[in-house]
Amino acid sequence: MPEPQDKIRFEQLVLPHLDSATNLARWLLRNRADYEDVVQEAMLRAYRFFSRFQGGDARAWLLQIVRNTCYTWLEKNRASELMTEFNEEIHQGPSTSPEAMALQTDERKRLTVALEALSPRSREVVVLRELEGCSYKEIVEITGIPIGTVMSTLSRARGRLQRTLVAAAKEMS
Amino acid sequence: MNCELEQTTVHGYFDGELDAVRSAQFERHLEGCAECQTALEDIESLRTMLQQSNSYQHASPDLRRRIHEQLEQAAGAERVTPARSRRWFLLPTFGVLAGAAAALAVMFFVAQPHPQSPRITAELIDAHVRSLQPGHLTDVLSTDQHTVKPWFDGKLDFIPPVTDYSEQGFPLVGGRLDVIGGQKVAALVYSRNKHVINLFVWPYREDEPGFGSSGSRQGYNWTTWQSGEMRFCLISDATSSDIVELKDLMHP
Repeated sequence: MPEPQDKIRFEQLVLPHLDSATNLARWLLRNRADYEDVVQEAMLRAYRFFSRFQGGDARAWLLQIVRNTCYTWLEKNRASELMTEFNEEIHQGPSTSPEAMALQTDERKRLTVALEALSPRSREVVVLRELEGCSYKEIVEITGIPIGTVMSTLSRARGRLQRTLVAAAKEMS
Repeated sequence: MNCELEQTTVHGYFDGELDAVRSAQFERHLEGCAECQTALEDIESLRTMLQQSNSYQHASPDLRRRIHEQLEQAAGAERVTPARSRRWFLLPTFGVLAGAAAALAVMFFVAQPHPQSPRITAELIDAHVRSLQPGHLTDVLSTDQHTVKPWFDGKLDFIPPVTDYSEQGFPLVGGRLDVIGGQKVAALVYSRNKHVINLFVWPYREDEPGFGSSGSRQGYNWTTWQSGEMRFCLISDATSSDIVELKDLMHP
């Protein structure tokens, strides 16, 4: 059980990374009501487990918990989404149809559609690298995915995103 | 595709993850390989697109409030110490915390030898994030530049230029002292709509590591410049175009 002084330390070390937690959960779960609930649950778990925090990178520690909470939630509520990995291995084409993409007129929406069409694992690796600014080593620490797989997932996911966006641009012109 | 190089090498190079030897090998290869040059450009434009699209999701005020209440509740259920003596915890905690922060900083830099986001950037972002914690934003709270500027007098061995840009949509909120890379710096706080913008000002040193003139990390955008003897860095979760606009006002 956390001691009162733990709350102060928690507020100083872990709470500043609430935005990182929210961003990762947003991209894993997509829907606002869902990710806000899951972030809240993950923060409570982090607080309860805070005595196990050994020092070091508090952001990576928190993101590990957030990620686990997200995956548990996905398994319970949207298990089918976790089955997309295999398809992604064999399909190298754009992650979503060019016609659907062209309907999105602004660039931000197109990016959102393209990112959300990736499998959760590819999406989290891209989000951690490009939006969160994590190094490969930090991504390994957060996700538990081996470094070689992080590297191949990242290069494949970037390729898919590029192809999706280029195809959409062609469709529009 | 004619180039037989592993795709992960190109990405590893772009991400600053190759060691010096492999990095140099790749650069030699790159000179003669149009395919890898295009690949690098594509990765870069994708990153620019992602970072400039405001795709980073910050916690909403409502979520912050919910988490804050939940923490109070969780802590309240466990607290046995009377509120009066709580203040005592702050003193020892502060030392531990400073140690932990230093350890964190060291680990962070060792773990992240990014050419694009070296340690000073990480420190500036940390300082910005720290300033957003309750009660940490300003030591002198004033929208009047003639109050904020003299406040720094005697606290630093330099005086930062202080200008209010309310009319241009960037009102001055106040100022405080901060520490970056072990050096005392002036921090001026501006706001843009509901976003907090920190301007860090410090005297330029010869031995100071360089860092990119602008960039984005963890959803924060920064831009930096030098003017006379001073270094300036603007950092915020406001959009990069807002930051560039303020920079152009300060340093046309």
